[in-house]
Amino acid sequence: MSAKRPYRYRGPREDAPLLRLILSALAIGFIGLFLVLPVVLVFAEALNSGLAFALDAIDEPDARSAIRLSLIAAAITLPLNIVFGVAASWAIAKFDFPGKSFLTTLIDLPYAISPVVAGMIYLLVFGLQGWFGEYLRDADVQIVFALPGIVLATLFVSFPFVARELIPLMQDQGRTEEEAAISLGASGFQTFLRVTLPNIKWGLMYGVLLCNARAMGEFGAVSVVSGHIRGLTNTMPLHVEVLYNDYQSVGAFAVASLLALLALVTLALKALLEWRYADEIAAAHRH
Amino acid sequence: MSAQATVLHPFKRNSVLPGFGLSLGIALFYLSFVVLIPLIALLIRPWEIGFAGFWHLLTDARVLASLKLSFGAALIGAGINAVFGLIVAWVLTRYAFPGKRLLDALVDLPFALPTAVAGIALSALYAPQGWLGKPLAELGLKVSYTPLGVVVALTFIGLPFVVRTLQPVLADLSQEAEEAAATLGASRLQTMARVIFPALTPALITGATLAFARAVGEYGSVIFIAGNLPAVSEIAPLLIVIKLEQYDYAGAAAIGVVMLAASFAIVLALNLLQNWAAKRQ
Repeated sequence: MSAKRPYRYRGPREDAPLLRLILSALAIGFIGLFLVLPVVLVFAEALNSGLAFALDAIDEPDARSAIRLSLIAAAITLPLNIVFGVAASWAIAKFDFPGKSFLTTLIDLPYAISPVVAGMIYLLVFGLQGWFGEYLRDADVQIVFALPGIVLATLFVSFPFVARELIPLMQDQGRTEEEAAISLGASGFQTFLRVTLPNIKWGLMYGVLLCNARAMGEFGAVSVVSGHIRGLTNTMPLHVEVLYNDYQSVGAFAVASLLALLALVTLALKALLEWRYADEIAAAHRH
Repeated sequence: MSAQATVLHPFKRNSVLPGFGLSLGIALFYLSFVVLIPLIALLIRPWEIGFAGFWHLLTDARVLASLKLSFGAALIGAGINAVFGLIVAWVLTRYAFPGKRLLDALVDLPFALPTAVAGIALSALYAPQGWLGKPLAELGLKVSYTPLGVVVALTFIGLPFVVRTLQPVLADLSQEAEEAAATLGASRLQTMARVIFPALTPALITGATLAFARAVGEYGSVIFIAGNLPAVSEIAPLLIVIKLEQYDYAGAAAIGVVMLAASFAIVLALNLLQNWAAKRQ
């Protein structure tokens, strides 16, 4: 429309070119300087002494054990959080019951709690000076400063992601399709597998993606319960801390660049899901 | 489904769908085990030193300084993010330019990047010999290992909260009000200040509060850049970690309870704010 006019007509909702330029420059500058530059620095520092050196730092035994521990923790956390997320959203979205909003608030809680506090609560229950500390010692069961504690802390910080994505999605979809399936004689399990799951699969994927990123990258909560035993209870982020504090800059940034790579892949997949399946995930409209 | 059935049998299945008991059971078991029981342990723990001991600990100069730093720096960070978050959200919803989708995806970097990675990156970036630290040092500004570094880290992690809260509100903003303002002779800046900005205020406050809440408890991205000088650049979560390492569980739990109370107050304030905003519309 405006192209046919001899001069450029500016609509009532359009900003003046100069204002546009200033605001765009501020936005791009802020994101570039504050968000992108630190990531660029991670890769630059990792490659400071050449690629071979960085790869050696990742292939070293302590680093390998940290990578293995992070993968194990995520592999235990993800299925548990998927089961919880699906179960909680099924109960909350498909049924009415008293105390529903309290349950939703509990699910939101980890977002508002400091990761350090999240780790500490398990120390207070399972630590040697905690509630069950002496029983656990007598029974020779180690929870904190070992894998179970790391898994618990990771569970706490990452469990809301699947449920928070699925609850609004399943609430929007209502219960009519499932009711139709049940009244046509399908069993509960068949209904879930053939009706509900296809409806929520992209939302579930989205939640799992965010959950995994948080599980692999958690630092504060895991740091409190891990005990920092090198080669044994250090996850990747904890190993980064140890190396950095030891002034092994290249090693720290080499392991950090693996985590940064994971973050970039997560962002790319997230953007792809939001763009390709916008109607089938709830998050596209929220964040 | 009928209201009467709900009242008479609150826990009886009010839908033809199966699996209520199973799904609620799994959810409740999980939440009790992972969240409720440990949280109760946290609430009980500090009182073994008695109320006087609790009070004495919280009024300790080092503890007070750390709480002041955590809350103060989080507030400044949230303020910075309110300004730049508004600009970023505006540019992303209103303007079209190449690479916009990439810029939009990059806003979530602080969500996706593990905090320890962000921490060492920011620390190296603003160190006296770092890419940004060196020019800033020449200007006489020291960032790494000072309270200013804490503000930088808390600004880094807070931006997505403001942008992602504002974006849907900006996209849904009524077109007519803006056009009416223009027809009635308002300049573009007047329309922005008098029509658009007031409509955005509740979302802006919500976003900034979320950024603030996240920043108060933040640990990983701060401890590397802060330098952690007691009573100067030592944040409250770090003090909890230090007390835990000294096996002072009651002291650590006391600080934890204060931070938890603050989080609850923030969540409550947010709910009240959203009610107020809903009523105003």
